Amino acid sequence: MSAGTKAWGLHLLVLALVFLAQFVLPSYHATNLARIMVLAVFAMGYNLAFGYTGLLSLGHALFFAAGLYGMGLPIWHLEVAAFPALILGLLAGGVMAGLVGILALRTAGVSFMIVTLMFAQAGYLTLLYLNSWTGGDEGFVVARSARVLFGFDLASDTPRFIAAFVLFAAGLLLCLWLVRSPFGRVMVAMRENEERSRMLGYDPFRVKLITLILSGVYAGGAGAAYGLLFGYVGGSFATIQYSILPMLYVLLGGAGTVLGPFLGALLMFYLIDITSGYTDAYFFVVGAALVALVLFAPKGILGSLRERVLQWLP
Amino acid sequence: MAAMIEAKGLTRCFGGLRAVDGVDFTLESGEIHGLIGPNGAGKTTFVSLLSGRVPVQSGTIRLQGEDITQLPAHQRVRKGVAYTFQITSVYPRLSVFDNVALASQSHSAGNVAEGVAEALAKVGLTGLEQAIAGTLSYGHQRLLEVAMGLALKPLVLILDEPTQGLASGEIDGFKTLIRSLVPNTTILLIEHNMDVVMDLAHRITVLNFGQVLAIGTPTQIRQNRAVQEAYLGGDDAAG
Repeated sequence: MSAGTKAWGLHLLVLALVFLAQFVLPSYHATNLARIMVLAVFAMGYNLAFGYTGLLSLGHALFFAAGLYGMGLPIWHLEVAAFPALILGLLAGGVMAGLVGILALRTAGVSFMIVTLMFAQAGYLTLLYLNSWTGGDEGFVVARSARVLFGFDLASDTPRFIAAFVLFAAGLLLCLWLVRSPFGRVMVAMRENEERSRMLGYDPFRVKLITLILSGVYAGGAGAAYGLLFGYVGGSFATIQYSILPMLYVLLGGAGTVLGPFLGALLMFYLIDITSGYTDAYFFVVGAALVALVLFAPKGILGSLRERVLQWLP
Repeated sequence: MAAMIEAKGLTRCFGGLRAVDGVDFTLESGEIHGLIGPNGAGKTTFVSLLSGRVPVQSGTIRLQGEDITQLPAHQRVRKGVAYTFQITSVYPRLSVFDNVALASQSHSAGNVAEGVAEALAKVGLTGLEQAIAGTLSYGHQRLLEVAMGLALKPLVLILDEPTQGLASGEIDGFKTLIRSLVPNTTILLIEHNMDVVMDLAHRITVLNFGQVLAIGTPTQIRQNRAVQEAYLGGDDAAG
């Protein structure tokens, strides 16, 4: 069996298992899984930039929030329908990433981290400043009547799960196709050795900008879906915490692996969910888990697995 | 023969140092041209100007008559000026196939696998496609570097000290390889190993203190008094 067949087979199998999970899981966990799938899409976008192309951004909350507000504001102020609002959110994430990228990609490494962080903070403060439009700190609830997609009520469990699944499946398969494509090879080449790649005829700025825009589209799509599926748009989603979360998911699951973001989101979500039931200091447990990860599996779970046994894993 | 690359008055300073100082240079189409000179003569800076890795401060560079002085490096590569690194610069964590494929797909989006197979066959690395580049022996990594240059199907291949660190048996194979590339590809060879240069090059340019000291055939260069004094060290020449 070729590496390609194995890769597609594995990913389709994972999708099938996730889809079937809704029929066996209790409602509480099914809703969690819908949430995890949307967050995993956010992390997949982050992984394209960080895991594959080596762009360590601290500003992805801005792209997530661009999607969230790009969807929510038109619904609130202009009474746009759910589907066009979702597309607007997706585009908002991409456009925001493009604008940030044009400026921030003039820097690299630590400077890139700082510049993206600054843009994200500026975005957050802008949301607060324009509170008559955005609802500021408190945010706003997306009207239940607006949360209807192709006739399905996204506030009820099954349509919500399926909507999250469709987004997740599209994101995962697109990601798998992309990283196995010639462009995916160039993304990795930028991460591994930018100067060499330039001397093979690739424009590093162009490659990184395209990747960042794609990453922004993923983040924007996830943000828009999150608001629509769970009914709330708020400034807290634009804070630094939402720039760090996808990074943690990706590091835990395995940077530069297609399934890593989902695995990382799943484990981290339940790590927090379970430990917060026992102690208020659950971030301490998260921290300990990350220390253990860095010590024993610095490439993340799937990264380490690929290194040792599954070389074909994309 | 028509000029493949024509440089006029190329100059590049680093602080007070004139690393390349008003160099006029012509690379004829289809030749193997050697570039030699003592350490610090400006050889690597000069080819960096040609390949676009270092911007030109004054002077012009023409590729087949077209002015490419202001083009960024990646566009020059696409126009056919390929550069292989002095210090081996393959992607150590990627497979041999991916290394060469990156070069091949840059040249044409067509059949990448075919381009990779062809380039690997030329340098004799067929069968190692799935090996991780960083695990290859040093000699094989140098050959992989050359294969990446070849897969770009360049007009001009600039080789920066390609035989450095190769065993003598490997050097013979390398010379055969380079001879087989001309006249389809024009070769500019920076080389410290005098035997290799004298044996391979049709013409040689000698740089010293950033300026052209002499241009000529290997025989002319060997007999040139100025070259002997500046570079080969007078009577006890050997290198």
